Amino acid sequence: MTSDGAAYERRSAAPVIAPVRPRKLAKVPFVELAEGRLQGVVSSGSDIERVYVSSITAGDHGLSCNTNNNRPCGGLGGTYPCNHIRALAEAAVAQYGLSRVTRYLRVELAEGEENLWAGLHPTTAPNRAAEVFASFLRHLAYLELPPTTDPLPELQWFPAAEVVR
Amino acid sequence: MLTDLLRDTPAGVDAAWALVDGFDDALVHGLGRIDEERAAVLESLAAAFTGSPLAGRVADSIGKIIAGTVTDEHLIVLAGARSALLGAVHDALLSAVDGAAGRTREAWPAGTAAPEPGLLLAGTRSWLRELAIAGWHGVDHELAAGGAQAVQALLADPAARRLAVLLDGFAAELRAAAPVATLDRVPVRRWADLWTRALLLAQDGLPRPEPTPVSGRLLLLGADLHEHPTVFRAQAHGLLETPGGDVRLVRVSVAGAKVDTISGPSAWRMLAAFPVFRSALAEHRIVELSGMPLTPGGDLIWDESLAVPGESADPFTTARVRLGAAIAPPVPPLDRHPVMLAEPILLEGYTAGEEAFELGGVRLTVDLARLPSAGPITPALVAASTACLGLLRRDGDHWSVQPLAVQATVRKKPVVAHTADWSLGPTDAKAAKAEAAAGTAVDVLRERAGRLLRK
Repeated sequence: MTSDGAAYERRSAAPVIAPVRPRKLAKVPFVELAEGRLQGVVSSGSDIERVYVSSITAGDHGLSCNTNNNRPCGGLGGTYPCNHIRALAEAAVAQYGLSRVTRYLRVELAEGEENLWAGLHPTTAPNRAAEVFASFLRHLAYLELPPTTDPLPELQWFPAAEVVR
Repeated sequence: MLTDLLRDTPAGVDAAWALVDGFDDALVHGLGRIDEERAAVLESLAAAFTGSPLAGRVADSIGKIIAGTVTDEHLIVLAGARSALLGAVHDALLSAVDGAAGRTREAWPAGTAAPEPGLLLAGTRSWLRELAIAGWHGVDHELAAGGAQAVQALLADPAARRLAVLLDGFAAELRAAAPVATLDRVPVRRWADLWTRALLLAQDGLPRPEPTPVSGRLLLLGADLHEHPTVFRAQAHGLLETPGGDVRLVRVSVAGAKVDTISGPSAWRMLAAFPVFRSALAEHRIVELSGMPLTPGGDLIWDESLAVPGESADPFTTARVRLGAAIAPPVPPLDRHPVMLAEPILLEGYTAGEEAFELGGVRLTVDLARLPSAGPITPALVAASTACLGLLRRDGDHWSVQPLAVQATVRKKPVVAHTADWSLGPTDAKAAKAEAAAGTAVDVLRERAGRLLRK
């Protein structure tokens, strides 16, 4: 990651976060790699007021899935992933790319293997629905922040997502 | 001449960076445990301040930190020392630019500025202190997430938006990179920059110079786009013709909050509150300003009700006719850092290549990383260009140009593209289709927010 001789380490505008890839949000409105988990929110197929809060922990691949009202997901059978967790994983791969997701979850995939589940050895994990749902609400709250005309000089460090070359 | 600027580095710049690099390297391992080698590097930083007004405080703080006491008072002195060195680098580079471009620059007004009102800053300082002690290699998931609370508190206060936006972008990078110890390459200078800026902005009573109202015709040159996961900003550079006959270089900034899944051309949707600004950019319209606040640093504080769009004007013509004699604004003392250099220039008569322009036997790199996906300019278009309106930038050890607009010849036909051509939506059919698909992301999230947020 060098550009014209200036080392990555010595560049003020060195890119750190790869821009996320566009994906459809209707089914899985929120995905993040945070707090040592792949976590997110999956819209219920039957009830527009309900969402499922799902997560997979990094390292030991612990699964958790609950509704936003904190009821356990009926489809999650211990270490067998429900459709919500599968949709979450699929959305994460679409958004971040397979390699970033496998690195974060510490998943070893055989050369040429493109299915994340081939490398996941799920366990059960404690319910994290409250934390993940709070994170989703913070995420949504950004859309309600008023715009600003402050000159924000520090944004010179943050060029807009670069055009694909 | 621009070629002289590209050939020479002003005296002292490399030496100043060497001192800064030493400090930045110490932050990789953390100030909590300083070995002999890094202690020597920090002592040489202190020695460089001998004879300056900061000498005593820098020597004292560095001595205490080497001895193992890392407090907020010591850290802000280090941040101040690093900023002072880079301020000097900035000034040397900017004066070289002004000399090469024959640009006249106003002096920073003397006098006192009103301090910022008190903000909730203690939480920010305490997280920044923990980061400095642990070093980047010590940043794990927990420490990276530790900034979230400070960010939430700052976002709730409109007066704290500047620090909130910076801290949020910085924290997002640390979260994405954690655990940093397993990272192949650490953005050493970048994170030291962001840490230093955040610590400076997290001090009580920062001076905030008063804007003064201005009137006149605003002719836009182009737009520079900025983004991190939770912000999208369009910053226009333009020329203000004042009734007195002066022509001044000014900027306009409008920024909207967003989330990471909103990016590319659909990010313009987050600036829906600024129709006059966006249409002035997309349609190249002159804007008549009446009483718009202008900061001493050359930033117009945009207010749609004080702006009336008028006839159209070609930015290339504006630059050819008026840019040369325009008066440039001074840089606010605390904003003096090489990354802040973004001087509008018009380049013609060069030989365009894939990654650089040849200008009178000298090479000027094109900053391709600053070509946004939210606009129509592609590297291929830049490589086919015959004229380029851009920003002269400096990162690392060389100058580069960030194109804001290009005139090119594609299949024997003239083509013109500007970064903000899509500010009212993409004009290209393929991009418009992609934008419409991505744009539904905004609608989906708003629907979810409406249903879930007020429970």
